Amino acid sequence: MAEGGIGASLKRKEDPRFLTGRGTYTDDITRPGQTWAAFVRSPHAHARIKKVKTDAARKAPGVVAVLTGADLAADKVGILPAGWLIHSKDGSPMVEPGHPALVADKVRHVGDQVAVVIAETRDQARDAAGLVEVDYEELPAVVSVVDAVKPGAPLVHDQAKENTCYDWHLGDKAATDAAFAKAHKVVTLDLVNNRLIPNAIEPRSAIGDYDKVTGDLTLITSSQNPHLIRLLLSAFTLGVPEHKLRVMAPDVGGAFGSKIFHYAEDFVVLWAARKIGRPVKWTNTRSESFMSDAHGRDHVTHCELALDKDGRFLGLRERTLANMGGYLSQFAPSVPTYLHATLLAGCYTTPVIYSEVRAVFTNTVPVDAYRGAGRPEATFILERLVDIAAREMGIDRVEIRRRNFIPADKFPYQTPVALQYDSGNYHATLDAALKKADWAGFEKRRAEAKARGKLRGIGISTYVEACGIAPSAVVGALGGRVGLWESAHVRVHPTGTVTLFTGAHSHGQGHETTFAQLVADRLGISPDQVEVVHGDTAKSAFAMGTYGSRSLAVGGTAIVNALDKIIAKGKKIAAHLLEAGEGDVEFKGGKFTVKGTDRAKAFGEVVLAAYIPHKYPPDLEPGLEEGAVYDPKNF
Amino acid sequence: MPAISLRLNGKSVTVDVEARTLLVELLRERLGLTGTHVGCDTSQCGACTVHVDGRSVKSCTMLALEADGREVTTIEGLARDGELHPVQAAFREHHGLQCGFCTPGMVMSATELVARNPGASEAEIRAWLEGNLCRCTGYHNIVKAVQAAARAGRK
Repeated sequence: MAEGGIGASLKRKEDPRFLTGRGTYTDDITRPGQTWAAFVRSPHAHARIKKVKTDAARKAPGVVAVLTGADLAADKVGILPAGWLIHSKDGSPMVEPGHPALVADKVRHVGDQVAVVIAETRDQARDAAGLVEVDYEELPAVVSVVDAVKPGAPLVHDQAKENTCYDWHLGDKAATDAAFAKAHKVVTLDLVNNRLIPNAIEPRSAIGDYDKVTGDLTLITSSQNPHLIRLLLSAFTLGVPEHKLRVMAPDVGGAFGSKIFHYAEDFVVLWAARKIGRPVKWTNTRSESFMSDAHGRDHVTHCELALDKDGRFLGLRERTLANMGGYLSQFAPSVPTYLHATLLAGCYTTPVIYSEVRAVFTNTVPVDAYRGAGRPEATFILERLVDIAAREMGIDRVEIRRRNFIPADKFPYQTPVALQYDSGNYHATLDAALKKADWAGFEKRRAEAKARGKLRGIGISTYVEACGIAPSAVVGALGGRVGLWESAHVRVHPTGTVTLFTGAHSHGQGHETTFAQLVADRLGISPDQVEVVHGDTAKSAFAMGTYGSRSLAVGGTAIVNALDKIIAKGKKIAAHLLEAGEGDVEFKGGKFTVKGTDRAKAFGEVVLAAYIPHKYPPDLEPGLEEGAVYDPKNF
Repeated sequence: MPAISLRLNGKSVTVDVEARTLLVELLRERLGLTGTHVGCDTSQCGACTVHVDGRSVKSCTMLALEADGREVTTIEGLARDGELHPVQAAFREHHGLQCGFCTPGMVMSATELVARNPGASEAEIRAWLEGNLCRCTGYHNIVKAVQAAARAGRK
């Protein structure tokens, strides 16, 4: 292993700048000639816009421009797209209302963007935004999914009958119903998986810039995936070709899913910058972020578990109403469906499962992927049911889990909800966890706590997560409108140091350190000789970014594949230098060695030869830089 | 606009400020000290913590005018001669940060605690940092870092 390679505990490369206040988050950046944007947001959950009066705002000190939904409609731009198409049970596509970056007709949630004011300073922009008068006709609003599907409920979108976006299902209904019909015991549960607001500690921020001479546009934004934002801006919202559009996501202060999405503000700052010919900056306030960052979860679920007399699971079914909010955020349709119901088997051999999910529009802030996205919701359903079944049947809660675990010799295991698990040993894992937690000693601890007048409890849950999102072809078959592979480029410099360009994005994960370790380990160099570049579409090749625990599994594999190409080319060069057959050269410990001899060339010597190819294989291109992409074969 | 004079990270600064300008806005937007962050607008998150006359203060909750004649230290002024302050070093050693956004405020707040109460217990550290929010770490390593810095200060 190279010094500081995989497994070594290093101090992080990024920490000195963060600890001394020298990180560069989007709001830390000021572009020459920069203006500020402030949004006028709806105070109503549901209202028709009768008139937007902007005269007073336009005359306010420092105001450069005021733009409204009417301007957006006139330019025929700024409709935020959904990135995943779900089909209902009856085969019909989901109802897909566009999400305008500025709304012209009616507002559908508190915080919906109605207008934007651009001014010389932030305070001037905010002051003037307060002068925009919007004449609203308030409409009855519906905020809960349960109310939204009742007959006669106010319609968020006229085309979505009963506010239903889609009515989807997965699994074998008839077989599941049959399992329930012959069950010894059925346990049922109604639960609410409450809405939450992600609240990354860094509020979202975006700067749009336009070069009048070249026509180039630049967006700096707090994003987990700058390439995705560029693709959506280019193909959908702004219509600018990708080669004229650069998106940068510098240091990002946490995300948790909430910075995956192409938000209205990203589009607006660029659109406005092009209109006024100056940079436009916007930074969310925390209060605004509650109304404008995509929220998470918000499911109302009825679920049931069927068991035989020994407590073996015979079948599981659930009916969920999933809140989409006032519009479809990009990946919202996938969250309660393919990222959710496919995990309902968990660690168990439940032979049949049936999930029905109805996605519902309400007058609330849009909901999208947040920490686990649909999968924790599935686990919550399953594990709550298991606990209730254990209690009601008088079976120990550890024992009922053991009894239903997929045995280690049954892998690969095909679940009834589409996923195939490649490997696992759940019994051994549980045994180890119980030992580590001193589960057996709990009663003693409880008694000790009780003696002190305290109550002590202990809980157990198991979890299988589909991570490393995801095989592109599978995603496509399930309605995804994107590929989910990842890219890496390894540039070995003439003196043997390395710049790694990755499509993954670090917003706290520490890729600058861990990816450097990966490269160092493979090439036998020090992590200090590796620089990791990410978060800039002008530097890294197209890739899909970081979410769903995919950075190392997908992005890291792309890095390894690129490194393998570097080593393969290095072997060709080394073989030539050592006057040996390519197949006789092995690479180990930073050296290319002729197998079974002490004849070797150090990595640095081979690299130098690649750039100064005086003695060099005649049919090989000089230089040492390789790229690779990785599209996972399974989750 | 009134002019104010202050000592900022050991240097004298005189600057005109609008009456409504917050200290954090002066630092970030006028003086280019972007290490002090704004994570909320409700004085809850503590990312904007700086020292005013040696006491940690949420700079979003203080008018720039109030800094007139005071000694202000920001995260940029903590390391001396290229050496991290013991609290900064302890955060690094104990992985007390991930995305880094809350970090300047955490460090500034913890620095005052360590100076005032080098014997701070874990409970005292947790209570002291109540006004600083971190969304990444779950606080354990932050507390470990502050404990280590306090121990180092006692030696």
